[in-house]
Formats: sequence, C-alpha cells, structure tokens
Amino acid sequence: MGQKTIIPFGPQHPVLPEPIHLDLVVEDEVVLEAVPQIGFIHRGLERLVRTKDYNQFIYVAERICGICAFGHSMGYAETIEKLMGVEIPKRAEYLRVIWHELSRIHSHILWLGLAADAFGHEALFMHCWRLRERVLDLFEKTTGGRVIFSVVKVGGVNRDIDRGTLDEFVRVLEGIKDEYNQICNAFLKDPSVYNRTAGVGVIPTEDALGLSMVGPFARASNVNYDVRMLGNGAYGDLSDFKLITSENCDCYARMEVRAAEVVQSIEIIEELAAKIPDGDIAVPVKGAPADGAEACNSLEQPRGECYYFAKGNGTKNLERMRMRTPTSQNLAGMAVALKGCDIADVNMIVLTIDPCISCTER
Amino acid sequence: MGYATKSPWVIHYDASSCNGCDIEVLAALCPGFDVERFGIINTGNPKHADIFLVTGSVNERNISVVKQIYDQMVEPKVVVACGTCACSGGIFHDCYNVIGGVDQAIPVDVYAPGCAVRPEAIIDGVVQALGILDEKSKALKAAKRGA
Ligand code: SF4
Repeated sequence: MGQKTIIPFGPQHPVLPEPIHLDLVVEDEVVLEAVPQIGFIHRGLERLVRTKDYNQFIYVAERICGICAFGHSMGYAETIEKLMGVEIPKRAEYLRVIWHELSRIHSHILWLGLAADAFGHEALFMHCWRLRERVLDLFEKTTGGRVIFSVVKVGGVNRDIDRGTLDEFVRVLEGIKDEYNQICNAFLKDPSVYNRTAGVGVIPTEDALGLSMVGPFARASNVNYDVRMLGNGAYGDLSDFKLITSENCDCYARMEVRAAEVVQSIEIIEELAAKIPDGDIAVPVKGAPADGAEACNSLEQPRGECYYFAKGNGTKNLERMRMRTPTSQNLAGMAVALKGCDIADVNMIVLTIDPCISCTER
Repeated sequence: MGYATKSPWVIHYDASSCNGCDIEVLAALCPGFDVERFGIINTGNPKHADIFLVTGSVNERNISVVKQIYDQMVEPKVVVACGTCACSGGIFHDCYNVIGGVDQAIPVDVYAPGCAVRPEAIIDGVVQALGILDEKSKALKAAKRGA
C-alpha cells in the first residue's frame, strides 16, 4: 500500500489550452479522486446584457468561446428571434447551418489534433492543424475572420455566400476528405494509438445518462441524443440524419465518434449547398422584447447541447441571459472517468472530454 | 535586427481569453504559419522559456497565476500580450470580474492587438520581442561586467 499524495494538475499545463485546476489524489500510480477547481476564466459576461442592447450583445455572445464562436452567436440570435417572434428567411437558416457545420469540422479536427498531442503523437497533431487551416480559409473567404466571424445578426445573417463560393466549399471539402481519411486511419487503425486509448477512461452508459452528459462525449457512451435530430431550422430539410454513437464508452470510442462526425458534417454541407433557396438573407428587426417575455432554445454545439434562456424587460436591454454549456454537463463525467485511472492517462482523459472552460465559466 | 542570437522558446498561458486568441497562438506554432522554422518552440516549463505569450485579460482568480509564471521565468524575459483582451481588457473590459489588461499584473513589452489576434500579428510581436530580448541580455551582461 502506498501513501496518498495530492498532485496538482494545471491551471498552466502543456496539454491544456485552457486553465482548469485538478487536485489529483493518487496512491502509487492510481488516481483515487480528481477534484476540479474552476474560476480562472470567469469574466461575468452574462451581466453585460444589462448595459448592451440585444443587437450589440451578439458580439459578446460570440466571444463566449473562440472555438464554437459561430454556434454561440447563432444560438443567441435564435433565442432573441424566438423572444420577439421574428421569422427569418429560409436562405439565412441554410447559411447559418452551413457555417455552423463548417465550424464543427474545424472544432473536431482541432480536437483530434490536441488528442494526438495528448497521447504523444506530435506529427499527427501537426497534420490535423494543417488540414484545419484549409477550413479556416473558407471561413476567412466568406466572413473575413478566422475564428471570430461576426456574421450572424438578429434577424438573419450579414453576408451572403454566392453560388460560386458554395461550389468552392464543396470542392475544398471533397479535397480534404482524402487527406482526412488518411489521418483517421492513423487514429483509428494504428495499433499504438489503439492500445493507448482503448479501455481507458470508461464511462458506462448509465453513468452518462445519470450525469446527463451531452454531445459526442455522451454519444461515445452510447447515449442516442443529438439536438440536430430534432430538425430545427435547416436541419429539418435534411433528407436523412443518422446519429453517430459507439458502444465502447472509452477514449477510443470518443475519437471514433468525432472522426465520423466530421464526415457527416461534410455531407450535410454538401446537401444544403445543393438545396439552398434564393431570397433575402435578413429581415429587419425593430422594437424591443416585451416585458416579462421569455424564450429558450437549444443548439448542438461541437461539444454537445447548449441551452439558452433569455428574458426581456420591455427595453432594448435584456433582463437576463443565461446559457448552459456542454462542458458544464460533462465535467461531472470527467471526474467519474478519472477515478481509478493511471496518472499517465490523466491528460488524455481530460482531453478526450474536451473541456471548453471558457464556455463553462464565461 | 539582422539575425536572432538565439532560438527563443515560448510559454503560453490563457488568462481569461475566449479561446479565440489561444487557438491562434497554437495555429502560429503549427504548419500553416510555422514559427518553428525560426527555432521557436512551445514549452510548458516557465524555466525554459524566454518569451511569455499571454492571451486574455486578468481577473481576481488568475492574476496570481500570471504573476507566478512570470516570476518563475529566468532573466532575460519578454512578455507579449496577444489580443485586445490581453492589451486592455477588450470587449470584456467592463465586466465585474475583469481587472484589465495583462499589464495590470506584470510588465508587458509588446502588445499584439486584434480580436482575435491574427497569427501574423503574433509572429510580428514575437519578432519585436526578439529584439527586446537581445537588448535585455546585453544590458544584463553589461551589468555583470560592471559588478
Ligand atoms: S481578443 Fe477577442 S478573440 Fe482574443 S480572447 Fe479577447 S475576445 Fe477572445
């Protein structure tokens, strides 16, 4: 029997792009318990709805998180549109979903790269990020930004994508597919990667349901839930939407699910780019949300379901804006997965859960 | 500055950034922009680092962490504030939990603006930092000789 020691992990740690602190209680090489401490990124931006009007706040909402920036601006705009009863044009819905899926591709490839870095495969990390640059180029071409886009507004979108550029989207994504499949081969077929990830950080389905985990992380534990299947907005026009789940519940399963979701997103973009209707890209929105009006909305972010709530007070400022982000649901699962793991696996487990701390703390 | 006298290593810390600037810092280190060709490597150990890249503004909770990392770095050292948040607090400057730019906690040598900061701006900032690093190490040597 060894002695119990506490090893601090973070907030500054090479594998963590974001600060979170874990107190790891270890005995010999085994983690008995992991106690997360958060608060390093708390800015208090929900309170800004009192000083900024609902049109201005969209730029703050976008900056909740730089990885799922597009999703947050879209989720916020949809909430306000529900609050004020605004119907946006079909074309705007399609454009939003196309960009949103594109940001899912960039986020998942980014995550695959970081995961590769966590299990010590630096070349793979570089390859993933190289591929991601091609996706960012598409963003830059259509919105002008690489990570923060400011292209969504309440009532629609700010910019249109013309036919030629949509075709280019499809061409570039088709071109990426080949290279992407090669990278996926390394992730999913390489025995050294498999041995490192299979059976590590298992979260059984019951636990995943009990802790109400969301997103690819829950789907890897065989929870069949994805907000996209509810068919909000342009998702309703997809001919077919299949959930991607896995039954293995471990780190390997999480990579499998994410790897497959990238291909799914490419297909969604291709289908919507072919079907997109002509028309306006925004409707004018005037007035202010009624006093006491409430609206809620949920959206599948790259990391899982994000839930938005807004309440008006009759002025241009909102009374309350609240989000529940995927990572705040998943952190509890992380503590479960870390219990009983090897100390060497900690960084990989933390990463496969893909904590997005700046979403969570805001 | 004609040439760099050493290959600087950088350390990156996310104070309270929204991640936008973080991933741009990482993107600058990756193939698209590839600062490794200048010998710049990302390290996790403050004692190995010459340049401190900070993203995001400081708040009550992380101000001590930023100071600690800075104190652990050995002289000569340069701090580059990446992104508008790190320069001044940016869009979050009037949030209740934001103290302000990184210069509220530690001395900043180079400010790289942008929301999100572009990798080109980071590279530019690091190149400027290299010049400052050279000057600082010269001053340090001169001081030693004088002593
Ligand atoms: S400057 Fe902009 S992108 Fe960078 S951390 Fe601040 S809000 Fe995010």
